[in-house]
Amino acid sequence: MNAMLDTPQAATSPVIAGKDLVKEFPVRSKGVVRRKIGAIHAVSGVNLEIGANETLALVGESGCGKSTTARLLMNLIEPTSGEVFYEGRDLTKLSRKQMRPIRRDIQLVFQDPMASLDPRMTVFEIIAEPLRVHGLFKNGGRDRVRSLIEIVGLNPEHRDRYPHEFSGGQRQRIGIARALALQPKVLMLDEPVSALDVSIQAGVINLLEDLQEELGLTYLFVSHDLSVVRHIADKVAVMYLGKIVEEGTTDELFAGPAHPYTQALMSAIPLPDPRKERARERIVLVGDVPSPSNPPSGCRFRTRCPLFQTLSKGEQRKCIEVEPLLRSDHQGRTRAACHYAAPKQLV
Amino acid sequence: MDLTVNGTRVEGSPGAGEKGELVLEVDDLNVGFPTDDGMVNAVRGVSYQLRRGQSLGIVGESGSGKSVTSMAVLGLLPKTAQVTGSAKLLGEELLGLGDAALSEVRGKRISMIFQDPLTSLNPVYTVGFQLAEAIRVHYPEVKRAEARERSIDLLDTVGIPNPSQRVDAYPHELSGGMRQRVVIAIAMANNPDVIIADEPTTALDVTVQAQVLEALERAREEVNAALILITHDLGVIAGHTDDVLVMYAGRPVEQGTVDEIFYEPRMPYTLGLIGSMPRMDEERGHRLTPVHGTPPSMLKLPSGCPFRPRCPMSQDICAEVEPDLLPIGSTGHVAACHFADQLEGKRPEDVFAPDSTDPEIEVAVESEAPQEPRSQEDM
Repeated sequence: MNAMLDTPQAATSPVIAGKDLVKEFPVRSKGVVRRKIGAIHAVSGVNLEIGANETLALVGESGCGKSTTARLLMNLIEPTSGEVFYEGRDLTKLSRKQMRPIRRDIQLVFQDPMASLDPRMTVFEIIAEPLRVHGLFKNGGRDRVRSLIEIVGLNPEHRDRYPHEFSGGQRQRIGIARALALQPKVLMLDEPVSALDVSIQAGVINLLEDLQEELGLTYLFVSHDLSVVRHIADKVAVMYLGKIVEEGTTDELFAGPAHPYTQALMSAIPLPDPRKERARERIVLVGDVPSPSNPPSGCRFRTRCPLFQTLSKGEQRKCIEVEPLLRSDHQGRTRAACHYAAPKQLV
Repeated sequence: MDLTVNGTRVEGSPGAGEKGELVLEVDDLNVGFPTDDGMVNAVRGVSYQLRRGQSLGIVGESGSGKSVTSMAVLGLLPKTAQVTGSAKLLGEELLGLGDAALSEVRGKRISMIFQDPLTSLNPVYTVGFQLAEAIRVHYPEVKRAEARERSIDLLDTVGIPNPSQRVDAYPHELSGGMRQRVVIAIAMANNPDVIIADEPTTALDVTVQAQVLEALERAREEVNAALILITHDLGVIAGHTDDVLVMYAGRPVEQGTVDEIFYEPRMPYTLGLIGSMPRMDEERGHRLTPVHGTPPSMLKLPSGCPFRPRCPMSQDICAEVEPDLLPIGSTGHVAACHFADQLEGKRPEDVFAPDSTDPEIEVAVESEAPQEPRSQEDM
């Protein structure tokens, strides 16, 4: 697809990459036949590349397809079309058996640690389970689990306790230890700190930063919170209704977001600084996200776009008829999918 | 929007006072819940004054007693709750009033917005019906048609597009942000003196949060009310309040203007909260400073200062004496810390270590804590 044409060639080849990923979930009629009557366009042509030891943040609001994209990249769900490359191999073409050893390398950390930890297993058993599943426990598994408990900043005495005995931050650490058990190369972090209180969230963010440095991990960090993203990510991709609307390095994006959606998202995040808050320009979007079963034609953001309102009829026509592709030939330093992209300094 | 609806209901309508007039005065509020394991002192010694047009932020982590404080004022707690202290609305005592008397206050002079709009709206009635009900329950003389007209005006004020059509929609037909705006419209329907918003945007996406906060600000200005904004999000507090009350383990631990709290915090907990926030306006290089451990169980509070087990500055005296809220300067800024002076000009990283471990703190507290509930001089 032409969106790929102006992708700058990374110096090193990416560890994991998605190419033209499309995922549609069928909408079925009620009754016995359950005919397919439509489709939810969850992900529509997403291209992503993550290099070794790099953190790519995927940002967007609920329902924009960011978690689906993460699961597509893990080959946990089958894409409607498109390819996923991990170390040069197309994962979507592999059989379940061929996929199995690769699953070790790509692990997932979930948002809600209480829901993703088995309440009837001890911490030790939870962290040992992936090793047992892959037949690696006999070979020094006990020591491996012990060192994992230490790596994620938990007490060694915790290993015989159950998840309910821990606080939210500690549970998330158990989830991270489990994900690290098989010495993965890539971690998919799906809103890993969204459910935690701020004072505890900070410790988990610091842990993720340290682990990346020590173990040379590659992260896909799925989040809706741009403040956390600025703190942890090297590159950012902003999603809206199944499409990437803007991408760039973290510094480029925060220095001058060029897509009106990124600008609105950035201006909506409150800053914990009263003087700056009073002085800030606020872009408040009107309306709600359209349904992904029937996305708007042309630019998917045009129904809520503050810039669209200011355009002349002729200029608006382009937004309605022509789908904007990611491009970097505008004033800013990011790649934005907007016909009239222009950078704006917001923070 | 005009406060009158066809000239009928402005007489006697509250919310018409001067800006700056003292509307709500809470003094030494204490709430205790008796349980099988002993008394849970959920709120201990909360005092604040609220003036018309002013907005007060109450911030704290889950379980710090920030919601219970406002529920107690409105008499929304279960009958077993033991509430002492005083809460005066325009000089009139609210605590101890009967249900009938409180019904005159609720929704008319003090209204409340809860976190989840789907549970505060009735699914089987249209939003217009629920808005009209809120008006007519307090002003039965208002005709149905007038109430409907006023409902449409209210929906328009909170920024709902096509209000004359949406008035006939059921809650499930609206998005989360729109539902919350309907709840705000209901809250402002009777021009209350005080609007209490309890985590009004926690369940919403950020761009929708911005819309809802804007609607809330507009509602407050429109009816000239005072606002209490309860949230755990320091960002929301920074942008939408004048004064801030920081709560920890049921107690106010610091109180002051929003600038004092953010730029000169004098309680380690406040400083820790600020240092643990990742900030969109800061470069990546800087490390966050987490506050280790978890808040204490309200059944077994540690002796002395409740923040002591998590506090890197704690000394022997902190275990013995619970610090009072003491004034800092003469501006009304108060903080509950024995070492508040030492925090002058300190940054979070000067006090808290920017590390990534989470040492077990809770256990240590439980073993040291006295077995009987804390002696409460005022309970």
